[in-house]
Amino acid sequence: MAGYILRRLLQAIPVLLGTTFLIYFMVFAMPGDPLLALFGDKTPSPALLESLRQQYHLDQPFIIQYFLYLGGIFHGDFGTSFSGEPVADILARTFPVTIRLAIMALIIEFVGGVLIGLVSGLRKGKLFDASALVVSLIFISLPIFVIAFVAQFIFGIQLGWARTTVSSGAPIQDLILPAFVLASITFAQIVRLTRASVIETQSLDFVRTAYGKGLSRRRIIPVHILRNSLIPVVTYAATDFGVLLVGATVTEGIFNVPGVGRTLYQAIVRGEGPTVVSFVTVMVLIYLVVNLVVDLLYGLLDPRIRYVK
Amino acid sequence: MSNNPPTQTHYVAPLEETPLVAIDTVNVGERPSNLWIDAWRDMRRRPMFWISSVIILLVVLVALFPNLFTSVPPNDNCVLSNSNGAPTAEHILGFTKQGCDVFSRIIHGTSTSLSVGIIVTVLTTVLGILFGMFAGYYGGWLDSVLSRAGDIFFSIPYILAAVVIMSVFSAYRNVFVISLAIGIFAWPATARVLRAEIMRVKNSDYVMASQALGVSRFRILLRHVLPNSIAPVIVVTTISLGAAIVAEATLSFLGVGLPNTTMSWGNDISAAQSDLRTAPQTLIYPSLALSITVLSFIMLGEVVRDALDPKARAQR
Repeated sequence: MAGYILRRLLQAIPVLLGTTFLIYFMVFAMPGDPLLALFGDKTPSPALLESLRQQYHLDQPFIIQYFLYLGGIFHGDFGTSFSGEPVADILARTFPVTIRLAIMALIIEFVGGVLIGLVSGLRKGKLFDASALVVSLIFISLPIFVIAFVAQFIFGIQLGWARTTVSSGAPIQDLILPAFVLASITFAQIVRLTRASVIETQSLDFVRTAYGKGLSRRRIIPVHILRNSLIPVVTYAATDFGVLLVGATVTEGIFNVPGVGRTLYQAIVRGEGPTVVSFVTVMVLIYLVVNLVVDLLYGLLDPRIRYVK
Repeated sequence: MSNNPPTQTHYVAPLEETPLVAIDTVNVGERPSNLWIDAWRDMRRRPMFWISSVIILLVVLVALFPNLFTSVPPNDNCVLSNSNGAPTAEHILGFTKQGCDVFSRIIHGTSTSLSVGIIVTVLTTVLGILFGMFAGYYGGWLDSVLSRAGDIFFSIPYILAAVVIMSVFSAYRNVFVISLAIGIFAWPATARVLRAEIMRVKNSDYVMASQALGVSRFRILLRHVLPNSIAPVIVVTTISLGAAIVAEATLSFLGVGLPNTTMSWGNDISAAQSDLRTAPQTLIYPSLALSITVLSFIMLGEVVRDALDPKARAQR
């Protein structure tokens, strides 16, 4: 197990260096003044430009620039936003809200997705299964902002069940609608994966044995079928965490949830390039860490994975 | 007793009366079947294949010849007094905030979405095939280098990467730049699928036979391994066309996509968002056009996957 952890950690280093380098390269290796390009049609003040130049070490040769910048990141220095507030402070303020929203969305998509997928898989070819497949296909095709607007229109404006925007402090009841919207993107994939996995597990020998020795369906379904069907579902959830990050950006922006996503959303919409770069870097780092943690958890859950190179 | 022939103790039916006759006869005139013929036979029986194909064909027609579908010019004749106006007989979907015809703008925006989808897909497929092919076939250090490179690009969610690229290239926002921005980070998915398939195929008997005959390694790759590994790539390609259209719309919606002067569904949805309460039609109809197009591509991808993968067929 220790060898497995060490190997995964070592593998993460080149990816970490590569991703940060790639972002830095895309932004600052461009001809012309990268800072002016980042601001688009806006003109930043000379003082701001000067501080950004220091933050990204633009007076040094490129490789040294990058390593100084990387060193800053490891010290928790992600730069300052357009308004002059350190990005680390904004993160500290907005992160709890995003975590709350993300956990709600994860619960909704897992409980709902796995349940519907399980029932679909068990009743393969029946009406429930067919309709679940069609509905999930529609959800996969709808862009997140369309789902968000339709939800806002139906539940917020027409029915009046929920507030169209979240009030300050982001109380749980206001976050229910955005959480459902955020959950909807991966929900459909979880339904389909669970279904396929349940169908496959059902045909395996140990399930037949369980039926053969007379166990009841009430025991076989949760213990034998469901537990063994969940492995690909959890893998998917980890790799698709990136989709969730983008989804959170759009959802928080539309529903005005005061989280990390909305900060990025507003920076993008206002064309505040340097803030966008800082937040994208942070999100990529979060994504990498989540994937690493899930990989390590796997080694713990499934001994077979530890031995595969 | 030993001189007599053994008496028959079991009844053996003549071959013509058994089900074996069906297996035993070989129809010499029958065309040899292969993966593609089987797949086509499977697909053409499914209504989903025909529905999605017809919609895609229609979308392509609309993109190529928008004037066949609407005679209203999309941007001229916009009258501000019609702002967010209700549908009329000539303007069946109503008016946008600028007083332009919603239907006409949707029709004329089709080519933008479709071109981005096609350019991104060509780019990701070419890059994905190059990286996946060499990594999977040659293995060793080349595989390590190419796969790690893929991991790095895969670790940045491609819409976030595109947001950064489009922020940097804010002065050059056009269909090509946005397609590049999406495609450059979206190819590792294709490469991974192809790499896995090539690693499976390269151990086949026919590859070994070619090696024994003295065919060069590169020629085997092009002649035998690649054609036999391409099926999963086609599935990914079809689905990624839909995903690329969504990505363009998302970027335009965020305001880092195409400039407002370019007609695109994403731009129209973005412009309409503040009027959701008063004029939902300006938002709903472009969203509908976008969703139906993407749905068709994803549906087609699903059908193709089911047809090409016998395992998926069994699960249906």
